[in-house]
Amino acid sequence: MKYFPLVWATLWRKKTRTIFTLLSVMVAFLLFGVLETVDYAFSHPSAGATGADKLVTTNKYSITLPLPFADVQQIRSVPGVEEVTWLTWFGGYYQESKNFVFALPIDADTYFNLHKDEFIVSEAEMRAFTDTRTGGLANTALMKKFGWKVGDKVPLHSTIWTQKNGSLDWTFDIVGTFDAKDPTQAAQQATSFLFHYELFDEGRSFGKGNVGWIEERVADPSQASEVANRIDALFTNSSDETKTQPAKDFAMAFLKQLGDIGFVLRAILGAVFFTLLFLTGNTMMQSVRERVPELAVLKTLGFGDTAVLGLVIAESLLLCVVAALLGLALSFGAIPVIKMGLPGVELSPRALLPGIGVAVLLAFIVGLPPALRAMRLSIVDALADKR
Amino acid sequence: MTETIVSLRHVAKSYLRGKQRIDVLQDLNLDIAKGEFVALMGPSGSGKTTLLNLIGGLDTPTSGEITVAGQRLDQLGSGALARWRSTHVGFVFQFYNLMPMLSAERNVELPLLLTRLSAVQRKAHALAALTLVGIEDRAKHKPNELSGGQAQRVAIARALVADPTLLVCDEPTGDLDRKSADEVLHLLQVLNREHGKSIVIVTHDPKAAEFAGRQLHVDKGSLLEAGSLAA
Repeated sequence: MKYFPLVWATLWRKKTRTIFTLLSVMVAFLLFGVLETVDYAFSHPSAGATGADKLVTTNKYSITLPLPFADVQQIRSVPGVEEVTWLTWFGGYYQESKNFVFALPIDADTYFNLHKDEFIVSEAEMRAFTDTRTGGLANTALMKKFGWKVGDKVPLHSTIWTQKNGSLDWTFDIVGTFDAKDPTQAAQQATSFLFHYELFDEGRSFGKGNVGWIEERVADPSQASEVANRIDALFTNSSDETKTQPAKDFAMAFLKQLGDIGFVLRAILGAVFFTLLFLTGNTMMQSVRERVPELAVLKTLGFGDTAVLGLVIAESLLLCVVAALLGLALSFGAIPVIKMGLPGVELSPRALLPGIGVAVLLAFIVGLPPALRAMRLSIVDALADKR
Repeated sequence: MTETIVSLRHVAKSYLRGKQRIDVLQDLNLDIAKGEFVALMGPSGSGKTTLLNLIGGLDTPTSGEITVAGQRLDQLGSGALARWRSTHVGFVFQFYNLMPMLSAERNVELPLLLTRLSAVQRKAHALAALTLVGIEDRAKHKPNELSGGQAQRVAIARALVADPTLLVCDEPTGDLDRKSADEVLHLLQVLNREHGKSIVIVTHDPKAAEFAGRQLHVDKGSLLEAGSLAA
C-alpha cells in the first residue's frame, strides 16, 4: 500500500491521456458486462418450467416444424408419462412490435395441471377463464405495463397466425391475472398471456390439427431419459419423427433459434478487446517511454529491477481494474434496461464476475512489455541524456 | 588515522560502441577519506561522470577493485548493488530529476519507501530533510512550482533523507544561476562540515570546485591532484 500514492500519481502524470484510456477501457467493459449478461441469460435459462420432471417433444428436425395433434394421445399412453399438454408459438405483440407479449394458446386443464406449481391464479379467475371461450389470463406485470384491467378486450397481433378472415389481430377478453409462485420466475413470466388452444385452433386459417410442441411431466424424474426414448421410439420412421428432451434443453434450443448468440457476442467482444489491447498497450508503452529518466532515478535511489517491474504492472492493473469496475458497475445498472428489451429472459449479475478476471488479464498483457523494458533499463544509459 | 570511505584500485572502465572499444578510465587509483568534500573536474569526455557512476554504484568497472563504505562494489550483482545504494549513497543530478507529479515532500520520501518506516515516520523524516536544506515551506509544492535552486535543494533533501554515508553530485550547479549555485554549494559545504557527510561532486565550474576541500582532475581516463596539476 505504501507504493499506492506513487503508482496513482504516475497514472495521472498525463491526465488527458489517462482519462481517455480510462474511458475506452470503461466503455469496453460496459459492453462486456452487457453482452456477458445477455449471453449468460441465454445459456442459463432459469428453473421453474425447466424442472427435472418435465420433458418437451418437438419435431425431430426443427422446433419450427409442427407435430400432429394425434401424437398427444399416443404420448399419453407411454408408461411413465403422468400428464401431457400441447402448445404453439403465437408470436404476439400489443399495438406495436416493440410491445412483445409471450402469448400462448393452452389447453387449460392439462396445462395448469402440468404447471400447477408455477402459477398463482385465484379459483374465481380460473373458473372465469374456463368458462369464457375468448378469455385470457395475463400476468400482473403485463397488466400493469399496458394499463390493462380485468374485463378489457385486448387485441394481440400475431406475426404468424392469420384468422379465417385474414386478420392477424386476435381479440381476447381479460378474465383474470396470474403471478409466478417462484419469485425467481417473475421476470420470465412477466410478459405471459394465456388463452384457449381451442379458440386458436378453430380460428386460424392454416395449420389446424397441428401443435408446436408437446410438454410432458414424468412420474419419476430419474426415469426421464428412458421415458423420452420411449416417446421418440413411438414415432420412429413416421412422417413426423420427434425429439424429446428435458425442458431446460428445449428452452435453450428455443432461444438459440435467434442464432448462435454466444458466438456473435464473443465475436463482438473479441473485436473490442483486440482493439483495446493495442490502445491500452500503446498508452502504457508510451507512458513508460516518456518516464525512462524517472524510472532510472528510482533505480538510482535503490529500487531494484523487480520493484520497478512491479510498479509498472501495478500501474497497468490500477488503470485496467478501476476502469473495468466502473464499466461493469454501469452494465450492472443497465440490467433493468436490458430486461425491458429481452422480456422473459432472466439476467444475472453473476455474469459480470468474469469481467474482473478479464481486466486483470488485460492489465498483465498490456503492462508486461513496458514493465520488462523498465526492469531492464540501464541507469547509466537512461540518465546519459538527462543528468 | 583517517578512515577511507572510497577506495579505487587499478580501476579500468571501457565501453563497446559498435565494434569499437572505448577505454574511458585506465588503471585508476583513488582514496577518499570519510568526511572529505572532493570535486572532480575535467573536460567533457574525460571520464569524470563514469568515475562518479562507479563510486555511486550505478555502474561496475571492467577491471579493478572499488570499495565504498567497506563494501566491494565490483563484486555485487545488480540487486545487491541497488540495496547498497538505498542505504549508503545519495545522488544529486544537474537537472534535479525530481518526479514531476509528486510534491517536494513526496519526492523526498521516495527513498524511504524502501525502508520499514511507517507513513508517519516517513513524512517526519522527509520534513526534517526539507527543513535541513531550508525549504520546508515548499513541501507541498510540485517541482514545476519551484525555482531551479529550490528544486535542487529538494533533490539534496531526497539524497540526504535516508542518511547515506556518501553524497555524489553530478554537476549540481550546472543548471543554476550564480546566486542559486552558490547557495547550493554553500549548503553542500554545511552538510560536509557540520553534518560530516562525505561528498564527491563532478563540476566544470572552477568556482564550484573551490567549495570542495580537495580538487581532482580527470583527463583522458587518469586522475591528477590539483596540486600536482599546478606544479
